[in-house]
Amino acid sequence: MKKARTLKTKAEFSARDFLVKYGFILVTLISFISFFSTQDTFRLSTTFFSMLKYTSVVAITGLGITFSMAVGGLDLSVGAMAGMAVTLSAMTMVIYDKSAVVAVVLVLLAGVLIGCLNAFLIVVLKIPDLLATLASMFAIMGLKLVPVKGQSVSSGMMMQDGTTAPGKFTDTFLKIDAGQLGPIPYAVILWMVLTVACWFFLTRTTWGRAMYAVGSNPEASLLAGINVKRYRALAYILSSVLASISGMILASRIGQGDISAGNSLLLDSVAVSLVGTSVLAMGKPNAWGTALGAFLIGVVITGLTIAGFPYYGQDVVKGAVLLLALIFSFTLSRKKSRFISAV
Amino acid sequence: MKKSLEIRSVRKSFGTNEVLKGISFRIEPGEIVSLLGANGAGKSTLIKILSGAFTEFDGEIFINDQPANIGSPLQARSQGIETVHQKINEGIVAGLTVAENLLFDRIALGEISRFATPAKMVREARETLKSLNLDWDDEMLKDDVFNLGIADQQLLLLARALSHNPSLLILDEPTSALSNAEVSRLFEIIQQLRTDGVAILYVSHRLGEIDELADRLVILRDGVIQTIQSKPFNWSEALHDMLGMDLREAQFGIEEERGTNVVLSVKDAQIFEESNSWSIDIRSGEVTGVIGLLGAGKSEFARSLFGAEKFKAGAVEFLGEVFNPKTPADAIKKGVFLISEDRARDGILESWSIANTTSLPFLKKIASGSLINFGKENDLAAKMVEKLKVVSQSYKSTVDSLSGGNQQKVMVGRWLMQNSRLLLLDEPFRGVDIGARREIAGQIRELVREGNAAIIFSSDIDEILESADRVLIMVEGDIKFDSYLSETSRNEIIQKMSEVA
Repeated sequence: MKKARTLKTKAEFSARDFLVKYGFILVTLISFISFFSTQDTFRLSTTFFSMLKYTSVVAITGLGITFSMAVGGLDLSVGAMAGMAVTLSAMTMVIYDKSAVVAVVLVLLAGVLIGCLNAFLIVVLKIPDLLATLASMFAIMGLKLVPVKGQSVSSGMMMQDGTTAPGKFTDTFLKIDAGQLGPIPYAVILWMVLTVACWFFLTRTTWGRAMYAVGSNPEASLLAGINVKRYRALAYILSSVLASISGMILASRIGQGDISAGNSLLLDSVAVSLVGTSVLAMGKPNAWGTALGAFLIGVVITGLTIAGFPYYGQDVVKGAVLLLALIFSFTLSRKKSRFISAV
Repeated sequence: MKKSLEIRSVRKSFGTNEVLKGISFRIEPGEIVSLLGANGAGKSTLIKILSGAFTEFDGEIFINDQPANIGSPLQARSQGIETVHQKINEGIVAGLTVAENLLFDRIALGEISRFATPAKMVREARETLKSLNLDWDDEMLKDDVFNLGIADQQLLLLARALSHNPSLLILDEPTSALSNAEVSRLFEIIQQLRTDGVAILYVSHRLGEIDELADRLVILRDGVIQTIQSKPFNWSEALHDMLGMDLREAQFGIEEERGTNVVLSVKDAQIFEESNSWSIDIRSGEVTGVIGLLGAGKSEFARSLFGAEKFKAGAVEFLGEVFNPKTPADAIKKGVFLISEDRARDGILESWSIANTTSLPFLKKIASGSLINFGKENDLAAKMVEKLKVVSQSYKSTVDSLSGGNQQKVMVGRWLMQNSRLLLLDEPFRGVDIGARREIAGQIRELVREGNAAIIFSSDIDEILESADRVLIMVEGDIKFDSYLSETSRNEIIQKMSEVA
């Protein structure tokens, strides 16, 4: 028997829409307030800023992922790129005894270079994004070990010829992570500046618009006169450069060329970018969403750590946050979310 | 088993927008009822209710005078309702072979193991094809379905629906991708099904088809049934009810225009490896229509002029200069625009607004340097919506939320907002109702009056007769015939189209 079904009332519709749009921001606020009211240490402003400082590395890498997702791909090589930036800056300063400025310039150049390599594999050799960057991820991780013979580079280390390494991490370089403007760490300022820049680029310029078009429907974009290859290439170059910047912050933080640095960065930064797609029901990768995603994960991890939650449980928390965001994006949203079409 | 279908007072709303406002009609076994309505009249919504895709609505459905519950597409099928939807790519499963697609419903139900050998699949698939008298060879059946042309994909979906021996068959624009020969074969099958007692709901924009097939007309406008007609049909009244205006008013009385300036000159062009080469001059100030069956090479011709493909051989001159665009961007810079054939695949960006879709080909025009000027962008979109009479809540609505005809208006309209010297329109009227068709045709005419050139590529003779001044007939990659419409006749065109070398 077919029962005549009544339509859902308008109120039910808007409650769901409200949840989809603001749910994630609410979750962030609630987590923040609950930790703030229950944990004394969490209330300290130093806790707040050091939390932001730690988050900045993942957040900036996530901005890179946001670009590759915007053009419908995914850059799997960002963690490896950041790791290479750590080793490269250590080598420049410790082994070759150069200044911080030289290290920064070299690392940024390396970012551009690796980005161009990825772009070449994807745009010219037409290898699917995921596979191309998977290959370059392994290549970069292996390549960076060659000049340092698989060793972490640290100040005062013994060289091959028995002498001591001439240089050290310069004070200027260490300031990237340790320095502050008033109470705000430089790394956090850098994160905010880059977020604003990426937001502006993606939403206010024809370049960003074209990138989203390419990610949404490459064939339609081509027929609308968009230079699809150029924008895909640009996205991967920006992604690598952002990863190289986060690698420098990481190097400055650990103060040595740790060869395992950056290993966990890929998954974390993909997670924050994905979380970002659900913020304000955007349904697409975006800069502020990525920043907020990183912030929420930072709040939850910091809060739980202060409350005595064991460090080895952190990934469970990240997984849960990601899952929640995906439910907002895919289950509750009436708008189709669309990214990583390469998968 | 013979079944009748009756729907009573069916209502359906999306948010506050009521799309169906109490629809009631009945289809008897062995009857073909044609549902007629402009874009956005509610046809697709009604079909989705009957096929079990929409389950939330008010009203009742009766099969054989028993209340029926159609809670899912599977339930619809189990009660003998088969639907062939308008959007072909929604029925085709990419990545599977042709045979697997033909058998897809049965594989999904577990009647055929998904690990069955290719040979078994092909055997079973061939059975399915018998319903349409199609003879596809093994190689074709084992091929990826993606390699099928759009017409064959349409036939595949029809064969799949017929293989379930439906007692109620719903066909939504089943001929939009078919050639004339395939259409007449399909009609023979539909008429056989009627004789066998199948109740058929037939939806099409092609009035000639409906006149040939239908026993009754149900005319829908704005979610309300205006009239139900039985044979003989009064088409003038039907169009009046469908469009809400008098046919004489709607009649697009064009005076043939003849241009004198050659703007595009194609020399010794070859479209397919084996096809003949030809030369043609296209003049501004007139609308050139290129007609040909599917696969005749019309799209290849259009796309080659636009830099999306390349002629196999030949040279093109545009405005007195060598014209050899490497990408669509090159062509657009020179004022050559293409509105492509398949708007879902080649035009629409999912969840993009009308404004963003409209500005995409001309981002530079709405920007200062690289900075987007949102005011300019919105102005452009508002003008386009007004010019083409796009029915939407605002230019911020997403294009995918519009009805098919309005989507097409956006696809065409965005190119009309900038100065083109040569506008190429590949099947611009597909799935578009008469009202929208005439509006689009009127805009094209205005464009050529301003001294530009336009080429309409279509496989529908009425569309060409209605919108073009000059007709070129393409057969197998070759241009066989070139004439002004006033110097030829419908019959001559049909005859030339079917002449194969």
